[in-house]
Amino acid sequence: MSDSVPAASQSNRGDDFDRRDAAWYVDRLVHLLVFLGGVSAILFILGIFVFITREGLGYLTASFSPSEFFGSIEWRPTSDTKPTYGILALLTGTAAVSGLAMVVAIPFSLGAAIFIGELSEGKTREILKVLVEMLAAIPSVVWGFIGLSIMNPFIIDAFDVPVGLNVLNAGLILGLMAAPIMTTIAEDALKAVPDHYREAAEAMGATRWQVIFRVVLPTAKNGLVAAVLLGVGRAFGETMAVLMASGHSVNMPTSPFDSVRALTATIAAELGETAHGSEHYRVLFTIGIFLFLITFCINLIADLIVRGIRKK
Amino acid sequence: MVVEVSTSPKINEKLVVRDLSIRFGDKVALRNVNLEVAENEIFGIIGPAGSGKTSFLRAISRMDPFTPNMRIEGEILFDGRDTSKLRNLYAYRRRIGVVFPLPVGLPLSVYQNVAFSPKLRGIRKKSQLDEIVERCLRRAALWDEVKDRLHALGSLLSGGQQQRLTIARALAQDPEILLLDEFSIAVDPVTTMRIEDVLKELREEMTIVLVTNLVQQARRLADRTAFFLTGEMVEVGKTSELFEGQVADKRTQEYIEGRFG
Repeated sequence: MSDSVPAASQSNRGDDFDRRDAAWYVDRLVHLLVFLGGVSAILFILGIFVFITREGLGYLTASFSPSEFFGSIEWRPTSDTKPTYGILALLTGTAAVSGLAMVVAIPFSLGAAIFIGELSEGKTREILKVLVEMLAAIPSVVWGFIGLSIMNPFIIDAFDVPVGLNVLNAGLILGLMAAPIMTTIAEDALKAVPDHYREAAEAMGATRWQVIFRVVLPTAKNGLVAAVLLGVGRAFGETMAVLMASGHSVNMPTSPFDSVRALTATIAAELGETAHGSEHYRVLFTIGIFLFLITFCINLIADLIVRGIRKK
Repeated sequence: MVVEVSTSPKINEKLVVRDLSIRFGDKVALRNVNLEVAENEIFGIIGPAGSGKTSFLRAISRMDPFTPNMRIEGEILFDGRDTSKLRNLYAYRRRIGVVFPLPVGLPLSVYQNVAFSPKLRGIRKKSQLDEIVERCLRRAALWDEVKDRLHALGSLLSGGQQQRLTIARALAQDPEILLLDEFSIAVDPVTTMRIEDVLKELREEMTIVLVTNLVQQARRLADRTAFFLTGEMVEVGKTSELFEGQVADKRTQEYIEGRFG
């Protein structure tokens, strides 16, 4: 077949299009390695899920009652007479603290990102970026310490309340903790908006704020949503700082000055003291499954939102 | 394949396109195109936006595996070989130079942009790379402007310079076919003329398919010209004859005269 092909005037040419050279094989090999990497990531996730499910399953199939688990505020795992496992108060605690954290973190982080990305220049900008990244590197136990030793007396003095370890304290601490990472991601999203968009809008006489509000923010929407949801995930999953700043007492909060206990903090504080395989132990794993599902849902919602935006 | 050879016997046909249709999902971009491009010819394609010109070039360079939903039906023969049956598509694409309408500079220095494809081919020697880079930049009428900043980022050049950089880059592939998709869109008229002169010289070494919005550019450069309209090839003929009014279809005449006459 190929004999009928005229030997082109350029005889040094003619890469053989059927000959698979080294580059071709390297390409296949990399494909395979990347595929294995992707598959193993999925396997690890599945493995973790299987593990926590197996540990929690004993409770879920035996004495699990949804109305008690989700509907009761009685969390008495160590009661000698009749232990009860109601997580409503813990769930409300987590939700209250995370909610307050977002009220604090979203305006702060978006504002900081817009300032760093759009309004500051040169040295100021570089220094701010480094500082924000340093804030993000503070370990959560240090934040908990700040909540315990600085915020606690401050709240007691400022609001004249008996205890300073409460929703307000934990919410502020979590908000400050989540803000730097949200700022960094949001700033990256703003930076990804090509400069010629800004130039085109500026050329039409748009003010700095009009450019930001009508061009930059809509274009960066995806990244900003991702930043916020990452912050929500961070707040939800944070353990140590909440444990230290929230007061850690089982309580349905009615005001920001009530102490609460979070789901994550409960697992951290109690798992070490339970007997392996006991009912208490299994309930804690059930909470783990529940947290896992919540995080999964947050990510799923984020994904759907991002897809929805992309379609427009 | 034997059948194909018998129906298109001429030995110097570089490209033979038979019943080519291109789809993107449900949308048909091109329908039943039949044409041949001879070796060392400049083949012009004219037609308004949406006529399928760019899709045609994507099919020739076999970009379909990288384009979601893109499907090619029919045959594209390169030197008589069915391009849908190549076992190493990368090797095929290395022999085809493509210049896109808007400059797509790689985020590399001017030098590295041009040296990119020779390096893919395995050329490592600096002296050899230097020689290729200088020759290709000269041919793309860019050398004098960039010779003092070869190691600056290519994306810092002006729009027209970047476009010439992509032409130099395509030439560095030492391609057998050069596909130009409205290359002069971002280039000033003087430079366009210089590049056009270069293309006339390049005809000695390679086959050129020139998609252009400028009817007069096809007239200046192309040996033969095809007129595409809304996904169909209306006709193809010698450029000189088409522009003298020897057209088979009235629409071709109208397009040539009406828009840019």
